[in-house]
Amino acid sequence: MTDVSTEVRTTTAGGVGESPFRPDGTFKVTGQFAYSSDLYMEGMLWGTTLRSPHPRARIASIDIGPALKVAGVSAVLTHDDVPGEKVYGLEIADQPVLAYDEVRYQGEPVAIVAADHPETARRAAALIVVDYQVVEPLSDPREAVGHPYWKPVHDEPGERTAMSRDKAPVHPEGNIVRHQRVRFGDPDAATADVVVHGDYEVGMQDQAFLGPESGLAVPGEDGGVDLYVATQWLHVDRRQMAGALRLPEDKIRLTLAGVGGAFGAREDLSMQVHACMLALQTGRPVKMVYSREESFFGHVHRHPALMRYEHGADRDGRLVYVRAHILLDGGAYTSSTPAVVGNASTLGIGPYDVPHVAMDCWGVYTNNPPCGAMRGFGAVQAAFGYESQMDKLAAAVGVSPVEIRMRNAMSEGSVLPTGQVIDSPAPVMELLRRLDAMPLPGAATDDIRLLPGGVSNTTHGEGVRRGVGYAVGIKNVGFSEGFDDFSTARVRLELMGDEPSVLVHTAAVEVGQGLVTVQAQIARSELGVERVTVAAADTQVGSGGSTSASRQTYVTGGAVRAACEAVRSELLERAAERYGPGEFRLVGGRLESTVDGVVGDIASLLVEGAVERTVEWRHRPTQPLDEATGRGDAHVQWAFCAHRAVVDVDVDLGLIRVVEMAAVQDVGKAMNPDAVLGQIHGGTAQGLGLAVMEEVQVVDGKLRNPSFTDYLIPTIMDMPPMRVEVLELADPHAPYGLRGVGEPPTISSTPAIVAAVRAASGIDLKRVPIRPEHLVLR
Amino acid sequence: MTIRVTMTVNGDELTADDVWEGESLLYVLRERLGLPGSKNACEQGECGSCTVLLGGEVVCACLVAAGQAEGADVVTVEGLGDGEQLATIQETFVESGAVQCGFCTPGLLVTAFDLLNRDPDPTDATIREALAGNLCRCTGYEKILDAVRLAATRQSSSA
Repeated sequence: MTDVSTEVRTTTAGGVGESPFRPDGTFKVTGQFAYSSDLYMEGMLWGTTLRSPHPRARIASIDIGPALKVAGVSAVLTHDDVPGEKVYGLEIADQPVLAYDEVRYQGEPVAIVAADHPETARRAAALIVVDYQVVEPLSDPREAVGHPYWKPVHDEPGERTAMSRDKAPVHPEGNIVRHQRVRFGDPDAATADVVVHGDYEVGMQDQAFLGPESGLAVPGEDGGVDLYVATQWLHVDRRQMAGALRLPEDKIRLTLAGVGGAFGAREDLSMQVHACMLALQTGRPVKMVYSREESFFGHVHRHPALMRYEHGADRDGRLVYVRAHILLDGGAYTSSTPAVVGNASTLGIGPYDVPHVAMDCWGVYTNNPPCGAMRGFGAVQAAFGYESQMDKLAAAVGVSPVEIRMRNAMSEGSVLPTGQVIDSPAPVMELLRRLDAMPLPGAATDDIRLLPGGVSNTTHGEGVRRGVGYAVGIKNVGFSEGFDDFSTARVRLELMGDEPSVLVHTAAVEVGQGLVTVQAQIARSELGVERVTVAAADTQVGSGGSTSASRQTYVTGGAVRAACEAVRSELLERAAERYGPGEFRLVGGRLESTVDGVVGDIASLLVEGAVERTVEWRHRPTQPLDEATGRGDAHVQWAFCAHRAVVDVDVDLGLIRVVEMAAVQDVGKAMNPDAVLGQIHGGTAQGLGLAVMEEVQVVDGKLRNPSFTDYLIPTIMDMPPMRVEVLELADPHAPYGLRGVGEPPTISSTPAIVAAVRAASGIDLKRVPIRPEHLVLR
Repeated sequence: MTIRVTMTVNGDELTADDVWEGESLLYVLRERLGLPGSKNACEQGECGSCTVLLGGEVVCACLVAAGQAEGADVVTVEGLGDGEQLATIQETFVESGAVQCGFCTPGLLVTAFDLLNRDPDPTDATIREALAGNLCRCTGYEKILDAVRLAATRQSSSA
């Protein structure tokens, strides 16, 4: 790796820049790691949820009587039993805890049941009689924009929450959640020699984490409740739960249980309030675990997108203007649609310098499944549009896909269409140069397992064409648009036995990405102590913010470093008292003077007592976007990744095999190089899924494939070998110079694969995921 | 109606009482025998997270009715090591970075353990085919392949 980042102390083993093993690794490989679905407590009940079969209906009545009569059932609850606020939400509280008056999407929770066996609970729930008066759903997002007051999904506006940004919309325009305009230069007047147009569509993707929504709620003796749960942000769960349960926040204690992946799907509440309602009602612990089918209904998905792009360039392919419309289907409730619109509109022309831009992005309500956060949100959808356009432009101008991107690549000092200056490295050209220099894989082999169709034995090479495609993407890191985005870390340094030992405590959620490892690495480097324990995340410490937006290593990492610095100051004061004034540092358990070398050990400074500091740390402030022009320094940081895809396509059958993926990503500073690679590999796989197989199929508001039999995610046979290069160009504004890593690889993966399939097949593909019929039935 | 099921799990004879006849082997392992290592990600045999050895055969425990396991010999992720020492494939999963969220890991370990017992020196294509029934959403499988290759090398050099 190229290392030009800020220098840090790494002489303490297992510190920043190394790849120590995960502290939870042994527990995870022995089956001892307790995921949220593994929890057990003597006397616990099982909760289940009754969900609406209709995308839209009025509820005339609910009769829970038949369910209550089932032996083994302890409670059956409806909206009447919600103790407090009947709606919740991240930015806008508009989603019912349990449906009242109306259901707005298929799968909306209507009633909950607790029983002594999960099957008893399910059978009892099926006996609840709900009188639905079915209403025709609004299922086409274009109708939502075209006739904002026709078939309104909501009768009245939702309420702002503590997370609402200054300009958070409270659906002022009927079905429009947010309409963000971005105007830069003079897009109305701009003309160009070469103009390319395109309409593009992105299907609804599911996060498909493997660990289902689940948790255990335990009623407390103080009238409060303890919840052990898999989530992405404990404190925002708690805030929403407090409203719904009508309990003060300090009576709701959340502890993170093992999380089986997240990818955005755990940002919104699922079973949290329901399990607590059942536990408080029955006075017994209640466990809820969604089945895979229920999971498809129980969390938000990636917004489907309809996009129209027009790119104008000079004869050399240098962009003059981009005009774009992006329409995002937010489904029945707001969730994080406003932020998705923010990302798509501000990043929607990609990592390119464009003098004139007119972008309009809408997020709308429909009666489709609610859509919200998924890895790379807003940026993923737009990248399929703008990168498809860049290939079209390359063909129109007569240069290669790499060359057209090089000619337009943004760089440090570039100005986004929002007017914000990119004030840290933006090595788009370097990513492309390195990608282009990587060797290509060899020709297709005669092993049928490596051909399109694989062991289905559909071809022995006849009709198979190879294609290569490129793409590059941009993603904002952290929460944008003026949000007060912070994390809290408590760090305690003390003697355990005779050894110095550090305890790091945050509420930041580990979802598999390796935050627990990185927190310990930071403490080792900052305090010179090898023995570090990361405490379970819970609400006994201040908020860690969300595990999303590629932000945790940046923000919670920043908080841990700041808390360590505070601890270190105290320790160095003790050193100065003992050894006289001087410059000291803490390395490998020792206290070193810059003049005299080793003068003592850290342990001896702790004899007089432990040192503990709690620090709240925030990244630099951002600004809201102007509604009409999109002006505003809205983003904290940007991250870039580029992909090259090589595919073999059976053009007769429309089957695709991805032969190799290559990626180059700038990560600022590889805090844990192995974990960085893991993020790039995994993100690339999710992008591959969106390109060639993954779609939640919705017809008239109804899900057609809520299972892993019918919703396909990449297997090890679908994933090709990967080449990865990592750049480390420090961001001077970020801790250690690091850049968020998790989302960028998901963004450029999809368009690179589609470009390769276009190159192989000669077909102008406009939609992801690509289906066989897009290639053969035209 | 409920039944009693007795089986040998990881070498110990265990009995579950009051088993509803519709319960799967997975449910009984997780909820009645205190062995939640096998995971419940799809419960329809698609994801492989619940993979165990049943009479030496790789199966999805979610697709086996508990009663079918009566008298059988079952090995779960909890039984791959010897209690003190991790199995080689467990070590290499940790060392290679093949574990992220880890929810797929128990099933992958059992499948890979079985593969290396049958084929101590598998090609990449063979590894991929053997693990094709185990979904992972975090890793993109690259480091899982590394872990299996490393385990094969380590086992053959110590054999």
